[in-house]
Formats: sequence, structure tokens, C-alpha cells
Amino acid sequence: MILTTLEGVPGKDILEHYGIVQGSTVRAKNVGRDIGASFKNLVGGELKGYTDLLNEARQEAMDRMVLQAKQMGANAIVNIRFSTSSVAQGAAEIFAYGTAVLVR
Amino acid sequence: MEEIIFFLILLGIGYSFGILAEKKHYKDIKSREQETLSLAIASFGAKQPLPNASEAKLFVGAVVISSDYFKTFVMALRNILGGRVVAYESLLDRGRREALLRVKEQAIAWGATEVLNIRYETSTIGGNNQKGIAAIEVIAYGTAIR
Repeated sequence: MILTTLEGVPGKDILEHYGIVQGSTVRAKNVGRDIGASFKNLVGGELKGYTDLLNEARQEAMDRMVLQAKQMGANAIVNIRFSTSSVAQGAAEIFAYGTAVLVR
Repeated sequence: MEEIIFFLILLGIGYSFGILAEKKHYKDIKSREQETLSLAIASFGAKQPLPNASEAKLFVGAVVISSDYFKTFVMALRNILGGRVVAYESLLDRGRREALLRVKEQAIAWGATEVLNIRYETSTIGGNNQKGIAAIEVIAYGTAIR
């Protein structure tokens, strides 16, 4: 599966469009990470625990998107975008979407 | 009285360590930007012919960065007066540059010649307490070609 943010895949032709595919996941922070984060909030800087959490979450959102594209028979997803929103206190939704296509 | 002293101590810690951390981070960012300068990066992509390349791959760089106690306090003051919040500007600047650097470093490791159609996405997470301490998530993503 080729993933790109471009409108097509370089060096390949798009044969067929299958429409939008998407994947999302909602994650909450956990208490252990919160304690670490509250220390960091004092001095500032990167919250590694949260970075990892969001990386995991985004990977899962992408996996779901890829699965959906596979089921359609696509071999690439073009024009991928990400979006994050907080849906509840301490929980974030990570959303990935793109257009599933068949390329050769 | 005790509360005020405690608050001032926290403020002092936040200010001194915050500045220290920021300086260190900026130094790190600048040296890594120099190292990754060879990789061309562009936000092009819309309605332009696709470049010639045999492979394309999506890379994402993410960072969650938090303000320090002092910055949060400054922000609270700023909320009353209004105007430019320099303290948070540098925070976002650091976050964005760090996120882009992570994309570039991964792309270089993969052997990319160029990274195209870079997009940024920013959101706040937090609200874990009532103090209004903000943690900002920045993602940068783009297509590397080789």
C-alpha cells in the first residue's frame, strides 16, 4: 500500500478511484503519564509519553484506513490528511483520511 | 503568605528551567536543521504535475510540547490585557520545527531526495487541570520521494 499526501503517485498512473477512506481512534491519557506530564508542566518541554501515545494512536488510525482501502481493492491512498480534535476532557480523536486508488 | 512564597518559587523554577530548556532545545533544533539542510522540502502539491520518482512514502513527525509554569502565568496575565503572547509563540515555533525535523530525519534515513506537500496540524491537548496549562501537539507530514 502506497501512502502519499500528493494528488497521485509519482511514476505511476491512477487507473481507478474508489473514493474516500478513513480511519480514526479516540485515546485517553493515562494516570501514569499524567503524573509525569504535570512535572513537565512546571518546567516545560516535550511530553514524551504523550508523543508516544499519539504516535500509537495515529498508527492505528492509519491501519484502519489502509484496511478499508484494501477491502476496496485499492493499492494506494493519495491526498492523505490528518486531523486531531479533543472530544472530551483528556481524550483526543486522531483521524486520518485519503482517497483510495488503484495505480500501476 | 506561605501560598504566595510557594507560588513565587514555582514561578522561579518555571522561569529559570523553562528558559534553560528552551535554549537547549533551540540549540538542538538549529544544529539538526543544519544537518538536514541537504534535503529539499516543499509544500507544493496542489494542481502541479507529479515529480519524476520511482517511490513515494508518507512520513509523519509528531511532538507534544508543554508550556512551563512561568509561560502559563504570563498567558493568564495576557488574557486580561490582550495582545501578543511571545512566550507561546516560541513554544509553537519549537514544536513545528521539531516536528518537521522528525519528518526530515526519517526521510533522510529512508534515502529521500525530496519531501513534498508538507502539511502541519496543530491541536491542544490538556485541560487535565484547572490551571490552564497547555500542551500543544504538532504534527508535520509529507510525501518523501526517491
